[in-house]
Amino acid sequence: MSGTVLFRRGRVIDPRNGVDGVRDVLVKDGKVAEVSEAPLPVPAGAEVVEAAGRWVLPGFIDLHVHLREPGEEGKETVLTGCRAAVAGGFTAVVAMPNTKVVNDSGLVTELVLSRARAANLCHVYPAGAITKGLKGEELAETGELISAGCVAITDDGRPVMSAALMRRALQYATLFGVPVMVHEEDLTLSAGGAMHEGPTATRLGLRGIPASAEVAMVARDLVLLEETKGRLHIAHVSCEGSVRLIREAKRRGLNVTAEATPHHVILDDRAVGDYDTHAKMAPPLRADRDVEALREALADGTVDAIATDHAPHGVLDKQVEFEKGINGIVGLETALGLTLELVHAGVLTEQRAVALLTHGPAQAFGLPGGHLAPGAPGDVTVVDPIEEWTVDAHRFYSRSRNTPFHGRRQKGRVVQTWVSGRKVYADGQVKESR
Amino acid sequence: MRHLLGIEGWRRDELEALLDRARVHLPGGPDVTHTLRGKVVANLFFEDSTRTRTSFHMAARGLGAGVLNWSPSGSSTSKGETLLDTARNIEATGPVAIVMRHKSSGAPHLVAKHVRCAVINAGDGTHEHPSQALLDAFTLRQRWGSLEGRTVLIVGDILHSRVARSNLWCLKELGARVVFCGPPTLLPTGLESLGAEVTSNLDAVLAQADAVMCLRLQLERQTEAFLPSTKEYSRLFGLTAAREERMKPEALVMHPGPINRGLELAPSVADGPRSVILEQVSNGVAVRRAILEVCTS
Repeated sequence: MSGTVLFRRGRVIDPRNGVDGVRDVLVKDGKVAEVSEAPLPVPAGAEVVEAAGRWVLPGFIDLHVHLREPGEEGKETVLTGCRAAVAGGFTAVVAMPNTKVVNDSGLVTELVLSRARAANLCHVYPAGAITKGLKGEELAETGELISAGCVAITDDGRPVMSAALMRRALQYATLFGVPVMVHEEDLTLSAGGAMHEGPTATRLGLRGIPASAEVAMVARDLVLLEETKGRLHIAHVSCEGSVRLIREAKRRGLNVTAEATPHHVILDDRAVGDYDTHAKMAPPLRADRDVEALREALADGTVDAIATDHAPHGVLDKQVEFEKGINGIVGLETALGLTLELVHAGVLTEQRAVALLTHGPAQAFGLPGGHLAPGAPGDVTVVDPIEEWTVDAHRFYSRSRNTPFHGRRQKGRVVQTWVSGRKVYADGQVKESR
Repeated sequence: MRHLLGIEGWRRDELEALLDRARVHLPGGPDVTHTLRGKVVANLFFEDSTRTRTSFHMAARGLGAGVLNWSPSGSSTSKGETLLDTARNIEATGPVAIVMRHKSSGAPHLVAKHVRCAVINAGDGTHEHPSQALLDAFTLRQRWGSLEGRTVLIVGDILHSRVARSNLWCLKELGARVVFCGPPTLLPTGLESLGAEVTSNLDAVLAQADAVMCLRLQLERQTEAFLPSTKEYSRLFGLTAAREERMKPEALVMHPGPINRGLELAPSVADGPRSVILEQVSNGVAVRRAILEVCTS
């Protein structure tokens, strides 16, 4: 039921509309109806959320999530992924196409969307494949994907190694105005690599993945972008060199956006410690100077969005030799706490942190939401900014527990999540209405 | 009980105690000391090895232990059993120690987290080969008494060498200066930050060395184009008879084996008066007995 809800006396941080202060927010018929400095009268039948001392924020948007369905339902499903999303304060997620049946056709897109409707928790926006089967050989039918409901195209998990094909993808996607989202990794440079190339890899005797594996591809694609007048979104930026190129490209007005994951700005390659596969991801955790550069890029707008690259995997995928360990960690339920760590460390202002989770991603992909002006979707995340808690992977709503942050102390927690005016998460419980 | 997963993290006094203990086990000592009588040592060699495996086998037998020899061919590994399942199954037979070699760096660390017996790393990927470094240090101590202030030059494919990494930790902890020399494509980044000196100019550093350790050029790496040719490698980095003449008069020549004769090391040098290569091998058993004792006590 999406009735009328009044969020009373919370601190509204809405970076897009320049709002930061105590407001009442009225949501009606699934949309924001009014935002007022003066207290609003309680409409008859309205649910009241007493939000004094809390933050009332636009619902978070994650541009980069692996829901694993169809094909790897043991790791995650659209339903369990949506539960994790709303528990983490996300009201919208973009689902990557590298499922075991690749989302390179309208049929798969429709399947994901129908699962999302059945889950009925948050908005799910599928991303379709750039190339058929993610093989990097020929374009998937972008038009079909977009009309079925895809909001971007990406071969995420793999790069498009052929520059000629990438150029055509950028050109062709201009037909539909959707971003081409890229996983930047030159496979000839990363071959055999298990972690970032540096002293830790040398100490552990692991083949390194040099920064150039990412930076060279970012450089290539920015050149192609300029030539094609397309729209490029760079996923999970990890290197100082990439940041520098993106900053320069933006300065020159190229149509490029970028995201960074919480783990790439919180951890560096030393987190691998003694072969901890929970610190294994693609791109790898980088050097401390890369972390420093990414933090600056988040603060100065070079990076537009924090995206989790939520990558659920089973215990057995990680309890193996490091080189065999599968890449990625879950992120939906730890994103806010880690982002707030950057606020507490003085890296980001509160407003900028909120923007990176809301308006930034909405704008990058042209998605609804991400702000709280009248008429905007009634997607609201209520945060207790001072509650301290400990990450407990065993209590994740996600079906998977692969995280290096288990046991980490956090300050600031999602207390309620509302999607289209309906309460979907509160008091630690996902509220389902299927 | 203590694992030996690498030399990194072992203190000088601990290393010296182990090396002192190894002296008891030199030829001429008691044939069999019975410290492990009635116990079983499991040898898990996922990767081929002749000298390390034989040496650990003899060391365990010499201490009175039974040896369970396991290899992947014909085992359940070829049927897809995971490393952890294999290790847990071996552990269930009740060994006091698992001696393992594996092609993946860190494999013994994974096993050590999940079994209760001691895990002894007999070589993991390109990470460490601690028993080799200990027998190298033992051999040098036999010759020099102390390693303090000595310079050991390690030449070759440092990138893929577990011997190089273990020796770096071991020799430095015992007071020696370690210089790595190899082609730039085979020198991993960040060696300096681990405490080594690094160069690609063999002739510039050769005369400083009190010992030169030549590493085996892993010919199977040739497919990855780290080097233009073995001939060029030999010319630039091989310890030839001509180079040998420029070494310090008393300087020693070492090699962990197996040697590519004439490639990284000239036969006349390998078999010459400076060479301690066979001493390294014969010291291996005594050092490994001490390792088994220290790790299982």
